[in-house]
This record gives sequence, C-alpha cells and structure tokens, in this order.
Amino acid sequence: MRSTAGIQEEDKGSKTLGMFENLTDSLGGIFDKLRKRGSLRESDIETALREVRIALLEADVAVDVVKDLVAAVRAKSLVQSILKSVTPSQMVVKVVHDELINVLGNGPSDGSLSDGSSINISANPPSAILMVGLQGSGKTTTTAKLAKRLTERNRKKVLMASLDVYRPAAQQQLATLGDQIQVRCLASVLGEKPIAITKRAMQNARLEGFDVVLLDTAGRLHIDKDLMTEVADIRDIASPDETLLISDAMTGQDAVNVAREFNEKIGISGIILTRVDGDARGGAALSMRSVTGKPIKLMGVGEKMEALDEFNAERIAGSILGMGDVVGLVEKAQQVVNEEDAERMAKKMLKGQFTLDDMVKQLGQIRQMGSLEGLMGMLPGAQNVKQQMTAHNMDDTVITHQEAIIRAMTKAERRNPKILNGSRRRRIALGSGTSVQQVNRMLKQFKQVSSMMKKAGKKGNRGIAGMMPTIMPGLR
Amino acid sequence: MSEENISSWLERLRGGLSKSSKKLTDGITDLLTKRKLDSGALDELEDILIASDLGVATAGKLATSISDRRFPDGISDEAIRGALADDIAEILNSVEAPLAVDLNHAPHVLLVCGVNGSGKTTTVGKLAKQFMDSGLSVMVAAGDTFRAAAVEQLQIWGDRAGCQVISDSGGTDAAAVAYQALEKAKSAGVDLLMIDTAGRLQNRKDLMAELEKIIRVISKLDPSAPHDVVLVMDATIGQNAHAQVKTFKDSVNVSGLVMTKLDGSAKGGVIVALAERFGLPVHAVGVGEGIDDLRAFEAKVFARSLMGL
Ligand SMILES: Nc1nc2c(ncn2[C@@H]2O[C@H](COP(=O)(O)OP(=O)(O)OP(=O)(O)O)[C@@H](O)[C@H]2O)c(=O)[nH]1
Ligand SMILES: Nc1nc2c(ncn2[C@@H]2O[C@H](COP(=O)(O)OP(=O)(O)OP(=O)(O)O)[C@@H](O)[C@H]2O)c(=O)[nH]1
Ligand SMILES: [Mg+2]
Ligand SMILES: [Mg+2]
Repeated sequence: MRSTAGIQEEDKGSKTLGMFENLTDSLGGIFDKLRKRGSLRESDIETALREVRIALLEADVAVDVVKDLVAAVRAKSLVQSILKSVTPSQMVVKVVHDELINVLGNGPSDGSLSDGSSINISANPPSAILMVGLQGSGKTTTTAKLAKRLTERNRKKVLMASLDVYRPAAQQQLATLGDQIQVRCLASVLGEKPIAITKRAMQNARLEGFDVVLLDTAGRLHIDKDLMTEVADIRDIASPDETLLISDAMTGQDAVNVAREFNEKIGISGIILTRVDGDARGGAALSMRSVTGKPIKLMGVGEKMEALDEFNAERIAGSILGMGDVVGLVEKAQQVVNEEDAERMAKKMLKGQFTLDDMVKQLGQIRQMGSLEGLMGMLPGAQNVKQQMTAHNMDDTVITHQEAIIRAMTKAERRNPKILNGSRRRRIALGSGTSVQQVNRMLKQFKQVSSMMKKAGKKGNRGIAGMMPTIMPGLR
Repeated sequence: MSEENISSWLERLRGGLSKSSKKLTDGITDLLTKRKLDSGALDELEDILIASDLGVATAGKLATSISDRRFPDGISDEAIRGALADDIAEILNSVEAPLAVDLNHAPHVLLVCGVNGSGKTTTVGKLAKQFMDSGLSVMVAAGDTFRAAAVEQLQIWGDRAGCQVISDSGGTDAAAVAYQALEKAKSAGVDLLMIDTAGRLQNRKDLMAELEKIIRVISKLDPSAPHDVVLVMDATIGQNAHAQVKTFKDSVNVSGLVMTKLDGSAKGGVIVALAERFGLPVHAVGVGEGIDDLRAFEAKVFARSLMGL
C-alpha cells in the first residue's frame, strides 16, 4: 500500500494555495498589470472585485455571503478615488477589511460581564448556559474553559453537567476536566437520560446555591430531527440565558447551514469559535455571523484550559484576508515567553551580557512558537521577509542546527566564546553534526546579535522587539 | 498470424472504425441540435461546486470543461449535474482504494492521525470491528495520552469491537505506548495493530515532532512500520484541508485518508481537489457514530452525492 502511495504522493502542486497568500499582494499584481495598459478605468474595479471574491472563497466564506459582501464592497468603493489613487490595491483592501469588521462585529456590550466576554448571566441564579454544536466541535473542552473563566475571573460558583449519554466516556471527559480546573461537575447516574440530568442539575444548583450551570450536550447533526428535538426540550427545561453554538474555525461552506439550522431550531444567543490557534483562514466565522446575526462571543485558541479568548474581529478579519495577525503573534509569544525570563533577559541585554545560553533559550522559544514560516506569516508584509529567508536559507533547520551547535559547546565556551579556536570549532562541528563553516557563521551571527541587542537595550526595546532580532541578522 | 487471429483482428478493427465514425456523426448532429450551457447556468454549477468545498480552482476547472460540451435543448438540470458527477468520479476513481492488511507484516501497523475532533478514535473503533469481523486478530494502542478520558473512550471502543486495548495509565509518552503496544502485538502474533493518536493542529511544530517520534520509535522494532499512516478528516472541513494533508504528509508520510461525518450536510468536496493535488488513496468514509457506520469510499457514489444526486 505504501509503495503505491509513494508514487502517487508526488505533489502535483496546485496554484490555488499560496496564490492568494494575501489579498494586498494579489490585488497589487492586478492593478500593476492594469496600469501598464494605461490609466485605470471604472471597469477595472470589477477585475479587483473578482479577486476579492476569490480571496474570500479561498478563506471558506460561504458563496452567498461572499456575494453580499462583494456587493457591499462595490457599493462602498469610491470608484473615482480608487482609480486615482497611487495605491489602489490598498484602498480596495481597506474597504473590504472594514466591511469584514462591520459584519463580524465585536459582540454586544449590553448586559455583559465586566471582563467583556459578553456572557449573559441572569440576576436570579442559577443561570443556565447551554452548549451545543456538531460532533467534535469542542463543546466539552470549551465548557470546562468557560467554567474556569467564570469561576476565576467573575467569581461565580459554577456547576458543570454532561448531558452526553451517547459518546463513549463523554461524561468522564467532563468530570476529568472538572477535577483539573477544580470546578464541580454533576455526578453521573448510570442510564439517566439527558432531560432527567438537566432537571437534576438545575435542582442541585438551586439547592446548593450555584450561580451558573454549564450544560455540555452531546454532539449532534443539525439535520438529525430526533436529537434536535431533544436539545430543544432540554432548552425548555433549563431556560438558558445563553445558548452557545460551538463551532470549528476550520469549517468550510457548510458553516452557514449548521449555524442557520441550530439558530432556527433551538435559537442560539451566540457563537464560540474553536481552534482559532490553527492556520485556517476562518471564513466560517463570517458566514455564521452573517447568517444568524448572532455575535461571536469567545474563541478557543488551544487545548489547554486557559486557551479561551475574547472574540477579536480584527484578528479574524486579518486572517481571512491573509494580512497577518500581529495580535496573534504577540499572544503566541506571550504563551511561550515567561514574563520574568523576558525581564531578566532584557536586563542582561542592557548590560551587554547576552550569552550563547540565552541564545539557545531564545531559539527554543522561537521553535515553540511554531515554524518560522508560520511565524512570518503572521506579520504584515511578510511576503518580502519570506523571500529573503529563502534567499538566505533561513528556515527551521537553521534554527535546529544553531541550537545543536550551541548545545555541543562546553559551559566555559558558552560563557566566553572568545576561547573558541580552530580545534574547538572542529570538535563542535563534529559533535553537532554540522560543519566548521556553519559553526563560524553561527558565531558571527551571535556577535551581531549581541551588539545589536546592546543597542536595542539602550533604546529600551523589550519583549517582542527585543526577541525578534535574534533570528533577523541572517536577513540583513 | 493465424487465419483465425487475422479475422478477429479485422473484426475488432471494423468495430473500432464504426465506433469512431459513430462519434463523428454524433458530433455533427450534436453541433446542429445541441447547445452549450449559457453563462448563467455555468455560474450556477460553479457555485454548487464551490458550496461543496471543492475550492475555486477545481470548481472553475470542472465548470470550464463542461462549458465546452454540448447538451440537447431542454436537457434537465439533473442530467447536467449527472455529467458533472461523471467528471468528478473520473478524478476520484484513482484514489478509491480500501485499506489492505498485509499478513506478511507481523503485525501490520496502522497509525491514525489528524487534527482535533476529526473522528480518529471512533474510526479506530469502527475499523477494529470490521477487521475482526473479517477474521483478523486486532490490537489497538491508546496513543492519545493528552486529552481527558481519551484512553477510556478507546477502551470502550475496544470492548465493543472485542479487541485488546494497550494503554499506559498515567503515562504521558505516546511513543512509549506505541512501542510497548508493538512489542505486545508482536509477541501475541496479532495481524493488525492500530495506533490512535491525540488530535493535533498541523501548524503546531512541537506536536508534529511528537508524531514523528512515534514513528521513529516503532520503526526500531520493525523498520518497515508503520505500514499505513491514515489521516482522518472531518467532512465539514474547508480549504484548510490542503494545509492539513500537506503538513501531515511531509511530517509522517501519510499513506491514505479517511473522511468522517458524511452523514451530515457537508459533502467533503475538498477531497476532489486533494485527489488532484496529492493523489492519496481514500480508504473509507464515516457515516455515523455507530460501530458499523463506516463504508468503503466509492468514487461514483461520492461524486453523485456531491452533486446532490
Ligand atoms: N487546538 C485546539 N483544540 C481544541 C480547541 N477546542 C477543543 N479542542 C480539541 O478538540 C477535540 C474535541 O474536543 P471536545 O471538547 O471533545 O469536542 P466535543 O464537541 O465535546 O465533541 P463531542 O462531544 O464528541 O461532540 C479535543 O481534542 C480538544 O482538545 C481549540 O480551541 N484549539
Ligand atoms: N455523525 C458522525 N459523527 C462522527 C463520525 N465519526 C466520529 N464522529 C463523532 O465525532 C466526535 C469526535 O470523534 P472522536 O473519534 O472522539 O474524534 P478524535 O479525532 O479522536 O478526537 P480527538 O482525539 O479529541 O482529537 C464524536 O462525537 C464521534 O461520535 C461520523 O462518521 N459521523
Ligand atoms: Mg463532548
Ligand atoms: Mg481521539
């Protein structure tokens, strides 16, 4: 099986992917071409709009939603000023971007909790929150994340209950998460039906003075009549203040159908988008928001219990247009870079005491943040940097090699690279599986970095700005 | 050439000629009586394809190829969609390939991977049942040491299928579980070992490295293992499927795909674009949450369902 697959595996290469790395680039190319032909005409806007359409479709925005969006963009494009502009592509992108933000919105601020998560909780407890969605969309995980959030940030007394009597070990999954985050989870009773569990959960909550009851339901298809009726019945019993649709950011065109059906059959109050930590463009968010009119309240950005963020329309709009996600980069960096470490490192830099040990640590962090390519993809204008990186052979293997080289050094050598003579360098090359040239290059880079850091330190740059130069010297 | 041979050869030639002359006359009548689709109809077809997640490029290509064809006046919408389904089936034919367990491997090792929640564990359970039913001895390894109650979930599937589940309670090293499982599978002499793994997003380098480590470790026991690396994908997936297949393939040399949740309203059309781009076999499709809800992938059936037929 494997051998035949091996032959077929050859990537025939598709022009769809990467072609629209970002809308600014593709529109830039188009306008350049049109210009060469003479001055821009009004009909050229249509050519640009076609490109906008493709970019949105490639980002998984639903066909019908794209039609509406393109029409809105057409209406809002001030044709004359775009035609006369020196940067027509950027103007079009701006109109599109603003329209996306407009549709995505940032959730209503009415009745929301102080932290802006916009989760409505009624004044007379217990307040039920019903979590619904397709199989595997992330309901159980998100239930626990939300429970943790409401407990810790909003000081609510939260009870979780699993109404999933279908999926193997579903109730145990929620119970285990409850232990992890130290939030009470209703004990399960063998053979008890979802409706009965709901009643028992609400009853317990009333008796024991819980503020919030989070109801995690089994995954279900929106076209499954019986199960949709079941969840509607659960809703009628619990009278939830929030019915949240949990939906995967990687979802394709079907997102509209799912959101529409869940909204029509059980009436959702909001959406939580999961797996926003992936590299999907996330057009589904736009589709669901636009078809239901319901706000996207929160987004899941990882598997860990703290990986739940407020919805950020800018971030999703940027990702849909492939324009990079600076916010995401900063957040990602925060995940791996320990605040104190960064502080200590910054101080060291200031004093010009940046050592090879620090460098290896940084390389490790960069690796943890994801591939270099992915990292660069999050920055605007990254196209150029990417090209430079390829030109300089800067990729993940370079980082791996650099790490290996430093790790092959003795402590004394790391502290004081000056003692690295020819024979030591040869030993290190051998020990790290690299060449002496690679060792030399790495040391040269280190020198550049530490002197640059000294300068940066003097200017008081910290955090990301202070971290990034390490990988940059190869690019200059 | 013997006389008999010559005459049969002549016959075939005559047959062939009449076939091509028929093509010619058909072509001419077509030209006179049939029309090409108008641009409105073509746009509509293209939209149907895009709405099924085929992607702009593949949808455009299919629509263009049908735009060159002529159809009789008043041909039904359904017939046109049928023609398109035939085109799609042709693309998919080459990737229609059931999973085959090679009994020369002792055991045949199948690694299951994919993004979070795609249906890996359920698919392992369904496959275990199918292979057990076909008379093979099967063992499964609980390689998801991360997610809450993942081991318990697989254990229940193992019980349902009636096969042994190897797990390391409390252990966090997936590669160690896989290694132990292969050792046990070898000494027990089972035919098939399936390794379930934790869901991971393909842009997480560290998690992809963990998957690579599983392979490195088991290949110490059997250099030819794993014999299959199956990527499980959810039918609701959009264009990110490209990045998924590309990255998993680069990382762990994926040998085939399984698409789950086709019982929903999502049709999984991106499979067509993936077939064109990667040519990876599609082994099976999931059509429900029950243990028997796994079907062989059939190009024609899939293509017709894509076109709503
Ligand atoms: N990377 C990432 N993984 C997530 C996120 N949210 C959930 N997951 C993972 O997705 C998988 C499925 O999550 P569950 O919470 O079990 O999904 P569910 O909707 O409860 O599934 P069913 O109950 O079977 O319908 C698990 O592996 C989770 O760890 C997220 O925001 N990011
Ligand atoms: N309707 C339907 N549901 C399915 C199918 N296959 C799996 N599921 C459901 O999808 C959900 C997730 O399935 P799992 O097998 O746990 O997915 P997984 O990939 O192992 O998830 P993680 O290990 O958390 O990454 C469960 O609720 C399954 O019952 C299918 O073919 N159709
Ligand atoms: Mg669940
Ligand atoms: Mg699993």
